[in-house]
Amino acid sequence: MTDAPLSETQISTTAPSRMKRMWDSDFMWSFRHAPVAIVSAIIVVFLVLAAVFAPLIAPFDPFNPATLNLLNGFTPPGEANAFTGDTFFLGTDDQGRDVFSTILYGMRISLFVGFSAVLLAMLIGVTLGLIAGYLGGWTETIIMRIADIQLTFPSILVAMLIFGIAKGVTPAEYRDQMAIWVLILAIGLSDWVQFARVVRGTTLVEKNKEYVQAAKLIGRSRFSIMLRHILPNVLNPVLVIATISLALAIIAEATLSFLGVGAPPTKPSLGTLIRIGQEFMFSGEWWILLFPAATLLALALSINLLGDWLRDALNPRLR
Amino acid sequence: MTNTPILSVRDLVVEIPTRHGILRPVDQVSYDIHAGEILGVVGESGAGKSMTGNAVIGLLDPPAHITSGEVLLKGEPIHDISRDKLRRLRGRHMGMVFQDPLTSLNPLLTVGEQLTETIQEHLNVGQSEAQKRAIAALEEVGIPAAAQRIDSYPHEFSGGMRQRVVIALALCAEPELVIADEPTTALDVSVQAQIVALLKRLCRERGVAVMLVTHDMGVIAEAADRVAVMYAGRLAELGPVRDVITEAKHPYTSGLMASTPLASQGQKRLRQIPGAMPRLGALPTGCAFNPRCEFAKDRCRQDPSPRLDTCDGRAACWFPLNIKEDTVA
Amino acid sequence: MLAYIIRRVAQSALVLLVVGLVAFAMFRFVGDPIENMLGQERTLEDVERLRENLGLDQSFLVQYYRFLENAVQGNFGLSFRQGRPVSDILLERLPATLELAFVSGLLALLGGIALGIFTAIRKRGVAANIIMTTSLIGVSLPTFLIGILLIYVFSVELGWLPSFGRGQTVQIGGWSTGFLTQSGLQALVLPAITLGLYQMTLIMRLVRTEMLEVLRMDYIRFARARGIKDRAINFRHALKNTLVPVITITGLQLGSIIAFAIITETVFQWPGVGLLFINAVQFVDIPVMAAYLMMISVMFVGINLIVDMLYFAIDPRLRVDRTAGGH
Repeated sequence: MTDAPLSETQISTTAPSRMKRMWDSDFMWSFRHAPVAIVSAIIVVFLVLAAVFAPLIAPFDPFNPATLNLLNGFTPPGEANAFTGDTFFLGTDDQGRDVFSTILYGMRISLFVGFSAVLLAMLIGVTLGLIAGYLGGWTETIIMRIADIQLTFPSILVAMLIFGIAKGVTPAEYRDQMAIWVLILAIGLSDWVQFARVVRGTTLVEKNKEYVQAAKLIGRSRFSIMLRHILPNVLNPVLVIATISLALAIIAEATLSFLGVGAPPTKPSLGTLIRIGQEFMFSGEWWILLFPAATLLALALSINLLGDWLRDALNPRLR
Repeated sequence: MTNTPILSVRDLVVEIPTRHGILRPVDQVSYDIHAGEILGVVGESGAGKSMTGNAVIGLLDPPAHITSGEVLLKGEPIHDISRDKLRRLRGRHMGMVFQDPLTSLNPLLTVGEQLTETIQEHLNVGQSEAQKRAIAALEEVGIPAAAQRIDSYPHEFSGGMRQRVVIALALCAEPELVIADEPTTALDVSVQAQIVALLKRLCRERGVAVMLVTHDMGVIAEAADRVAVMYAGRLAELGPVRDVITEAKHPYTSGLMASTPLASQGQKRLRQIPGAMPRLGALPTGCAFNPRCEFAKDRCRQDPSPRLDTCDGRAACWFPLNIKEDTVA
Repeated sequence: MLAYIIRRVAQSALVLLVVGLVAFAMFRFVGDPIENMLGQERTLEDVERLRENLGLDQSFLVQYYRFLENAVQGNFGLSFRQGRPVSDILLERLPATLELAFVSGLLALLGGIALGIFTAIRKRGVAANIIMTTSLIGVSLPTFLIGILLIYVFSVELGWLPSFGRGQTVQIGGWSTGFLTQSGLQALVLPAITLGLYQMTLIMRLVRTEMLEVLRMDYIRFARARGIKDRAINFRHALKNTLVPVITITGLQLGSIIAFAIITETVFQWPGVGLLFINAVQFVDIPVMAAYLMMISVMFVGINLIVDMLYFAIDPRLRVDRTAGGH
């Protein structure tokens, strides 16, 4: 950059220079020099946008029975249907639903469940971690003991149990409607421990620092100290865990749905679509299985790669 | 051939390429160490003293590497030989003692296992002979009841005893050169003197050449025959330890002496050198010490950094101190 | 050391009590057990008698105690769905799962440690980088997709291996094994790879990280400075130190194989306890769910305990420090 435009930007506003500074920061530098991270980020953004705007992009509404024609069933991708002459970009499933549209809508559900579950886990984990770390004593012992016990079991098993219990508690006629929320609850509750452990660790370190002691002395409440002084310090590790958790949550949701204990066939997620597709693997209708599976893989892999890079970038020692 | 130094370092340069450019933690360093001699290498942390030792023994962590200069062991170049040849020299012809005895020993292997392993790696002896030599090595460094303690794990020794074990390990294959990198820094003050005395004794008895890297002027004064003072990767001064201590010629050495409480110097009040050593990425033009030097002149700020051989061979300074026909007004 | 063991056993018992409480709560409060056990045609008398039989008229603590008492004797009542004793069903299904878990665990352990060492030693090598990248794909790939992929390639396309079931089994006492017949072994291949691959990836990455950490230690530098051969440094000095932290996590990983078997068993219709459990969840068969939970807990806690004991065998520092009562 030459001198002349620099003085102009300085006069006009501080915003460009801040952007510039962020662009030059070590964090962005390592991002710009990690092709894997860039490609992953692009794929993630692309898929999320596709899911958010699914109703605008999808050529069909797969959940509207009025637009379905059973005769369109099993149309291979790109070919015209033998009875109706319709063509479908990625083919159709047994009920004549457009696979491309079901994937867009399925991804919407997968991402919604994934994001919500991570948010729930984060909320619970950060709160309990802060409380355990800051208050200590019995509160801490109880919270961390529960965390330890839960950690003994794989989270997917915990999620299945919670799903099973919730299913038992809800009346049969509401089960399909509630399934998505039960999924979020099950995955969220099975994944809070990681957050709690990290936040507690950081809190234990921070609470003895002088600035926290100073805040105590001037009479700030515990709540405000936790929120304004300690919370900002845990953001980095929480961000890393959240990213990796998102990939895990999406996989967990897909797994549960695949096993038939998740999203119902009336509101299929990517996992449900793969479950449906698997039935047609032996009869040669490979597209019903392949495309949802590839989408799920692309989604999980790019989020994982992004999380992996993020962990290295925010914590160079671990490299 | 009797006069060939055990270790000879010639214009050694070590560079580390980084995102912000190439750093030179060791810049054109030259010195010799003869058999039975202790050369003290002293300087602040980051002055390049440890890096010099690591370069000599071939244990630089990548991306640091030797870019020019020579390292000669008994007259033979060792800076450009294969990894495997260099490995055979390590332990057998040059040993190294590290700073922290708590972390230098493998916690899961007994002291005896680590000793016999080293002995059998380099000397063609059987298991029982190696065991005998291991016990002898422990006895030599002053471990009481060595024969019983040989099967102990490192955590069963105290800090000072562990450093003795480390020295025994460095010397057990009878190398001619020992590089001791801050061997006393992590120890209690009372133990420090014992370890220094031990190194001194081994040097005299065995005729080993010792490179003693430390930031502690007291250790240098106690043990070294000659001393090399390093500043910002370069040699600032090199000479017999008495001379350097009593009449330093480089202003940095002089400042270092004035800031060190040496028993021999009586009650003189301690002084500090103003400022801090520059980071390697931000060296000033001219002499690296010029911003902190009270005698700095235009030449110090403009001419390329002075070197021992372009000056009087003792201090890398355009205007050395304590010269009889003193030009410093 | 004895004090330490006693404390660990007490801790394990506490965990089991808590899990038992969860299982009991499921039993008692999820749905109405009476509703679940009696059909539509029931008399008030039946309800009363069953309530008394099940002890539902007793206080909470008494019921919990009786639940535990029954659980210890392996008595978890009747499956809502099959109407047979849960313990019988579990025992029948257990060998299939254990055999699958054993083979997968072995695969994961051997493969994971070997690849972990390799990628740590050849940190900058091309092969190591390829393995690391592939492993990230492996972690992102849901287990069920791996299974489907394997079925597609080796059953559908190539037709080499069966895509479901256990093949022929041989009954030895109460144990049905698939190890002794050719079809049994063939049927085992794909599920074992599916189940073991993910764990192998995790173990590999863990071993690599730990080993790299160890290779940075002073004592490794010191060993290098003594001219010890690379091979001895990697396998004698570094590996042993790597294994200490790896053992705990690996132990837990292997434990979780039994739980992850649920997914693999579903994909391959493998007649083990995992498939039983997932069916129980689908049909809200609470006694089966509760019994499975208790069984898995006992296994996990047992593995944890064994892993802790293994520590003593490997690390000489613990033999001294921990007997003094410190943890």
